[in-house]
Amino acid sequence: MTVDTMAAIRLTFFQECEEQLSEMELGLLAMDEGNADSETVNAVFRAVHSIKGGAGAFKLTALVQFAHTFETALDHVRAGKLTPTAEVMKPMLRAADVLADLVEASRDGKEIDESSYAGVAAEVKALTLVGGEEEAEEAIDFQPTVIDFGLPEIAAEPIAAPRHEYRIQFTPHIELYANANEAALIIRELSRLGEVEVNCDASAVPSLDAIDEAGAYLSWTIRLSSESPIEAVREVFEFVEGEADISIETDGQPDVSDADIAALLAQALGSAPATEPEIEVATPALENADVEIGSALSSVSPLAEIPAPETVVPAAQAAETPKAVAVPAQTTIRVEFDRVDRLINLVGELVINQAMLSQRVIEANFAASSSVVIGLEELEQLTREIQESVMAIRAQPVKPLFQRMSRIVREVADATGKQVRLKTDGEATEVDKTVVERLAEPLTHMIRNAVDHGIESPEARAAAGKPAEGTVRLSAAHRSGRIVIEISDDGAGIDRPKVRASAIKKGLISPDAQLSDSDIDNLLFLPGFSTAATISNISGRGVGMDVVKRSILALGGRMSIASRPGKGSTFSMSLPLTLAVLDGMAVSVAGQTLVVPLTAIVETLKPKKGEIHGLGSEGRVMAIRNTFVPLIDVGTQLGFRGTVADPERSVAILVETDGGARNALLVDSIQDQRQVVIKSLEANYGTVAGIAAATILGDGRVALILDVDALVTGSFESQSSDELRYGTGG
Amino acid sequence: MTQTILTVDDSRTMRDMLRMALAEAGFNVLQAVDGVHGLEVLQTTMPDVIVTDINMPKMDGFGLIEAVRKDNRYRGVPILVLTTESDAAKKMRAKEAGATGWIVKPFEPTKLIAAIRRVAA
Repeated sequence: MTVDTMAAIRLTFFQECEEQLSEMELGLLAMDEGNADSETVNAVFRAVHSIKGGAGAFKLTALVQFAHTFETALDHVRAGKLTPTAEVMKPMLRAADVLADLVEASRDGKEIDESSYAGVAAEVKALTLVGGEEEAEEAIDFQPTVIDFGLPEIAAEPIAAPRHEYRIQFTPHIELYANANEAALIIRELSRLGEVEVNCDASAVPSLDAIDEAGAYLSWTIRLSSESPIEAVREVFEFVEGEADISIETDGQPDVSDADIAALLAQALGSAPATEPEIEVATPALENADVEIGSALSSVSPLAEIPAPETVVPAAQAAETPKAVAVPAQTTIRVEFDRVDRLINLVGELVINQAMLSQRVIEANFAASSSVVIGLEELEQLTREIQESVMAIRAQPVKPLFQRMSRIVREVADATGKQVRLKTDGEATEVDKTVVERLAEPLTHMIRNAVDHGIESPEARAAAGKPAEGTVRLSAAHRSGRIVIEISDDGAGIDRPKVRASAIKKGLISPDAQLSDSDIDNLLFLPGFSTAATISNISGRGVGMDVVKRSILALGGRMSIASRPGKGSTFSMSLPLTLAVLDGMAVSVAGQTLVVPLTAIVETLKPKKGEIHGLGSEGRVMAIRNTFVPLIDVGTQLGFRGTVADPERSVAILVETDGGARNALLVDSIQDQRQVVIKSLEANYGTVAGIAAATILGDGRVALILDVDALVTGSFESQSSDELRYGTGG
Repeated sequence: MTQTILTVDDSRTMRDMLRMALAEAGFNVLQAVDGVHGLEVLQTTMPDVIVTDINMPKMDGFGLIEAVRKDNRYRGVPILVLTTESDAAKKMRAKEAGATGWIVKPFEPTKLIAAIRRVAA
């Protein structure tokens, strides 16, 4: 097996881990809410068990060990020895978080300091101590083995190994045959170890009419001359242990019996290091002992079987077969991301091509009823449908993202001593994979904020007549071609006098500024507002709401706040479903067509005489109602022309950048609003300041898509008039 | 003649590993994701050996082994249990259900293949 295939399996393993972690989290939350049936508990157990199994194959020891501890506790729940009360579920949920961390660290090849989760491990382990009496330390039932996928090879025969003469007595019972083992195959296997002389004793065969076809009547005496040690001989019989009478004598010496080996092992385990070099049992991994006898035996457990000290699940309990859940398995195929992207690109080309064709047809003046026009309309419809279907391939439900948030809520609630429950809604809502990925950080931050700042302490809530446990709601829904995500809490709402005072203190607004409630709420998004002074170490982490808003804007999203004192706050985000197409406004500048992203545009204005004022040597500002806004001449800024345009013969587009700063972009004229397919400029040309990407127009020309933020920043840098930057906030 | 192995495991990672290891050793590999699926596959195929996990949704390995052994057609098909469990009681239970052999994960492909060859006629 090549390195590539191993890498591919490793990739599969971590993908599967994600799924299992998600399943586990879901099940644990159901258990926490007290509505988990036995199948849910089983599913959680299996998820952890599977992670352990796979981790073993990749020698991820820390992950294996922690998963094992966790799994043991879950097994106790499964067996009914442990009731999933709130006290039990708390460490369980923490363990889930640690497991997720360990998976992530393993995937990224990082180390996690064991001390950072030793406490959780101990707590979980403590759950399995029944009645205060410590049960025997349960052994990890396997040691990670590096999988060597090299070609199967027979171990090199040791040179001049001593020859043994074995005398084997083998009498199969009926069970041996019932379990599809075959005496002949076992004898054949023995013959591989050396020279054999086989004698069959058929004296027990009854007369024909008395023969039971499933009966076991034959026994064999086998003389084996081999260099292999006795363990190798025993290994041949490992699958039929208990299903046949087997005795092995060597060189005339009777074989050590199973009981002797068991005693030897028990002694080795109980006392100092094993004296027998072939029995490598140094750890409490008693279970593993049977795996490690002799070098010839690895993961195949040989005959010598030690009763495990671990708790044995009562047969009745274990026999409980989970009811088949009537959820039809979804048929899926796995496709490389590159292939999907290639398809998306091609569909982008198709859309552009179709637009060009439409333009040609219009130019050719075909009658609206002509078959060409009708055929083209059909093509247009089809193209749109193909585009939507292809976009849907990249679409993913927000469920995994939402699930991660329950952990954040737990952590922050624990750290702040609050009681908070996360309720989610619309997890099945789908959005582009990249959007999902890039939402994780802003969402995490907002959820932290909601718990840390939104929800009050249990005492304060009680005093306000609210239940001690606060609720944070996270919902997603599709609304008019966009996804809307809302985070709301039933906390105290935004403390507007405090926010206002803080903004004044920081010099963000003047003390006599007239601000509406909504204006005050929006102050939270100003750069420089949420700094360490107002934010605890939980939400702090160096980022404020301005950064959150910037990330949302970068995704082509919009953000808003609604808050009611004493009732709570709601943060809403509206995002495009895909990053492959963009709603833009096509504008003309110096004979070029440019696209301004619609999300950045506040309004368009026709500058009138007297509204434009000079500022410094080059700068100009535009008076819009009662404020002045920097005026940026897009034509000169991008180097399309040397002289500035006449504002009165141009159009001003009022745009909002990060943190709400407003600027006016001066362009020659507005063409229309349209959806454009985004083409990376970096991939095809190079990075251009002020330009985010490009698109291809219906007439085949390339149009640049403006990066409004960069354009604005660039204009300030070229004017080096920093004082303008914050002068227009709000 | 190429021998056919049916592997039953709910873990995709494990299925991938088994498929690659067994295919490389020259076996024809069929795969099922749980006991119920395994029985479905058996309706149309007669494998030479079945390799099954224990902990699986819908129908676990014990259930699968019992069901296979009850069916006259598959009575003679060797069943190897491949699981992380090495609990003696569970092993005994699998044997009582009719398992031919028991292999502890993580498996070494050479050992698994040797075990399969040992039970496959």
